[in-house]
Amino acid sequence: MEAINNLLGGSMVPDVLFYVFAALTLLCGVLVVANPFSRNPVTSAMFLVLTIISMAGLFVLLHAFFLAAVQIIVYAGAVIVLFLFVIMLLDLKEEQRRKIKLFGALTGLISVGAIVVISLKALGAMPPGQNGTAPQLEGGTEALGKLLFTQYVLPFEVVSVLLLVAMVGVILLSRKDLK
Amino acid sequence: MHAGLEQYLTVSFLLFGLGLLGVIMRRNLLVIYMSLELMLNAANLALVSFSRFNDKLDGQVLVFFIITVAAAEVAVGLALIVALYRKRQSAHVEDLTTMKL
Repeated sequence: MEAINNLLGGSMVPDVLFYVFAALTLLCGVLVVANPFSRNPVTSAMFLVLTIISMAGLFVLLHAFFLAAVQIIVYAGAVIVLFLFVIMLLDLKEEQRRKIKLFGALTGLISVGAIVVISLKALGAMPPGQNGTAPQLEGGTEALGKLLFTQYVLPFEVVSVLLLVAMVGVILLSRKDLK
Repeated sequence: MHAGLEQYLTVSFLLFGLGLLGVIMRRNLLVIYMSLELMLNAANLALVSFSRFNDKLDGQVLVFFIITVAAAEVAVGLALIVALYRKRQSAHVEDLTTMKL
């Protein structure tokens, strides 16, 4: 933690690292959605792992150390393994042959481009001023845990009930004789 | 250029757009699900950067809950996809036309 803080303390290093991780995140995101070389879901899952890991790097740059660790453990560790298990369970040989429809791609590009342009314009209209001050926030385990078990203890308990419900639901859904 | 709130939000918006594009364009249910994960991650990035540049930890607590709910959602969704595949032998949205008039 101390070494990371020293590294992040320099003036130029975090900015350069931000651009590296941002470029990596967006590049791998493009390769998840539209890989020109392969339409295999396994390739998409692998690039999703890379996207999530570089996003954990962005979290570290934002001093959210606990969330960076959780991101790697939960997403790259558990969610992607679940995805790969399901890809193995399903026989997806047939899926590779199908082409992306030109009409769907075109309308999708137009609508998504419009949404992204609108949000970037809104961002450009934001009054400047936040950038000058250096924030002092540290998202370590201790601070986050203290907040989680005092102010947010009710949502924490509700989430545990939600996880239980999800577990029961998954067991019910994966029965062989599903009605 | 200094990496401030605007730069992080730009990355978040672009990533959200990519995820939305994947949901609209791709026809494989699993890849659509992965694009949904991308959109959730873009929202997480926006929340963490807001939390950092407003000096409040509440955003990070919200991201913690989002990650938990996303894990539960992935488990249920993938179980649904497997159950669907058992019935129809396909994980392709164009083959699922039961509700079409």
